[in-house]
Amino acid sequence: MPQTSIAVSFRAVSRHYGAVKAVDDVSFDILDGEFFAMLGPSGSGKTTCLRLIAGFEQPTSGVVTIHGQDMAGVPPYDRDVNTVFQDYALFPHMNVAENVAYGLMIKKVSAAERAKRAEEMLAMVKLAGFGVRKPSQLSGGQRQRVALARALVNRPSVLLLDEPLGALDLKLREQMQVELKAIQRQVGITFIYVTHDQGEALSMSDRVAVFNQGKVEQIASPAELYENPKTEFVAGFVGVSNLLQGEAAAAVTGAARACSIRPEKIHLAPAGSATPDNAMTIEGEVESLLYLGANTRFDIRLPGGGHLAVMQQNRGTHYAPELGTKVTLWWDRRHLMTFAG
Amino acid sequence: MRSKALAADRATPRANAGLRAAAWFAVLFLNLPILFIVLYGFTTDDQSYSFPPPGLTTRWFGVAFGRADLWSALWLSVSVAFIAMIAALILGTLAAAAMYRFSFFGKESITLLILLPIALPGIVTGISLRAAFDLADIPFSYWTIVAGHATFCIVVVYNNAIARLRRSSPALIEASMDLGANSLQTFRHVILPNLATALLAGGMLAFALSFDEIIVTTFTAGQQTTLPIWMFRELVRPHQRPVTNVAAIIVMVITFGPILVAYYLTRDTQDVAGSGK
Repeated sequence: MPQTSIAVSFRAVSRHYGAVKAVDDVSFDILDGEFFAMLGPSGSGKTTCLRLIAGFEQPTSGVVTIHGQDMAGVPPYDRDVNTVFQDYALFPHMNVAENVAYGLMIKKVSAAERAKRAEEMLAMVKLAGFGVRKPSQLSGGQRQRVALARALVNRPSVLLLDEPLGALDLKLREQMQVELKAIQRQVGITFIYVTHDQGEALSMSDRVAVFNQGKVEQIASPAELYENPKTEFVAGFVGVSNLLQGEAAAAVTGAARACSIRPEKIHLAPAGSATPDNAMTIEGEVESLLYLGANTRFDIRLPGGGHLAVMQQNRGTHYAPELGTKVTLWWDRRHLMTFAG
Repeated sequence: MRSKALAADRATPRANAGLRAAAWFAVLFLNLPILFIVLYGFTTDDQSYSFPPPGLTTRWFGVAFGRADLWSALWLSVSVAFIAMIAALILGTLAAAAMYRFSFFGKESITLLILLPIALPGIVTGISLRAAFDLADIPFSYWTIVAGHATFCIVVVYNNAIARLRRSSPALIEASMDLGANSLQTFRHVILPNLATALLAGGMLAFALSFDEIIVTTFTAGQQTTLPIWMFRELVRPHQRPVTNVAAIIVMVITFGPILVAYYLTRDTQDVAGSGK
């Protein structure tokens, strides 16, 4: 494996606003060339971490380094990072080309060179020829691309993206996910991506950090995060929540520890069926079912009072119980996730 | 698209007769007096404003041209208004930027203090300024008039600037800094261009307020005679009365230019600013 250097590093970083601990004693490293997502609900500290890297915030304590350099007291305009803002923050009094060339203009790059590089960037985000328009004449998706071009034209070592797809509709969002990932591979720089949408984080990232209440719960690859969540919070936040607690959990595990099982890992069988040796088994009753085309989602009521969602592909060969039917649920023992406390 | 079509449909029916009459009455009520001022600039009667004028003449324009006191008063008013406007533009913009950017103890009280000069009756501002200048042993001069006018000119610039700042996204400043611009470059390339039309409007309003101000001026002027004070004295003295009207006509003609220019300059930018939201 080639030597990878660290692009951004957090060492025991806290950012407090009075009694509010927006970021609380956080340490992690982001590698060079990585697509790194910071995922969490609103107020979890992910955006504050992004602003600490950009330089809009200073840590209350701890150290943020970019390529090994301590960033304490370094203002945003002296950092080799650029940001794609949530509401794009395009300059309304400049046309698209002037917006993209802004960073180069500040660096006193010649007008001819500026125009050339701005046009190249606009071509990369598929907006060639849009240079003379004003931001107000563009659609949301087009503004988003301009914001991306404006940040990338400066060839930063790290690109920060603050929920960049949040304002777009679903179809455009999916399309932009594919394009963002392609652009990241093309330019090869570190992307740090803040989002509250787990789908976005899982589909694009090399690694995901899950934030909760100012702390990092887990940092892992998308598959690892989904298959092996370390905490109850991660299990519930990433993927469909199938968390059992208290008595319901005891009915499954035999101990009152919280546990979770992914809906697609559960098999349905007629009540009283024999199950494989390595399986865990529980009886339940179909309380509701949702036909979703490719899949059907069953909600099963358990004797202990809990509920489990079961997702089953509509292959036409599976056992498909009706509403109110008593069924046997089983799953491979390895797929049950248990959590301490 | 659909809502636009509906709006067009609604605009098509003609307003009823009563509403139209009321609208015309309001327009005439506002503008007819101005026509009378123009009319009496041409009257042959130099003692009183009798209607209809006994005859028409252009000789008052010649008389006005020869009156050095009129031209010095006009020049004084233009110069005071210009300096007061510049002072208001600088101080009003800075005050707005500070109020927008920072929050600190007593901020609301200071906002009130900035707005007070325009809320207070001019006579109160005038008396208090006169008392203050007296106490501080500052002789009344050109600069005491400018200072008096600047107190309320700052308010209109401040109001325009802070309204525009509040409407523009705070992320614009962060975006500029993120792209490598320091505070000064951000101010020059992002904040100032965004404020430009607001400052133009605020500056013109400040100029206009200062230009026709008479109450505060009465208290803060020494021997100086601004145009409003000159006009007031001319009206009291029944001598060559139409010269006052000629002065008013000259002022109207001169001010019409900047108003048209400002209208055309701000028209497009307002469209752009509005269409985004």
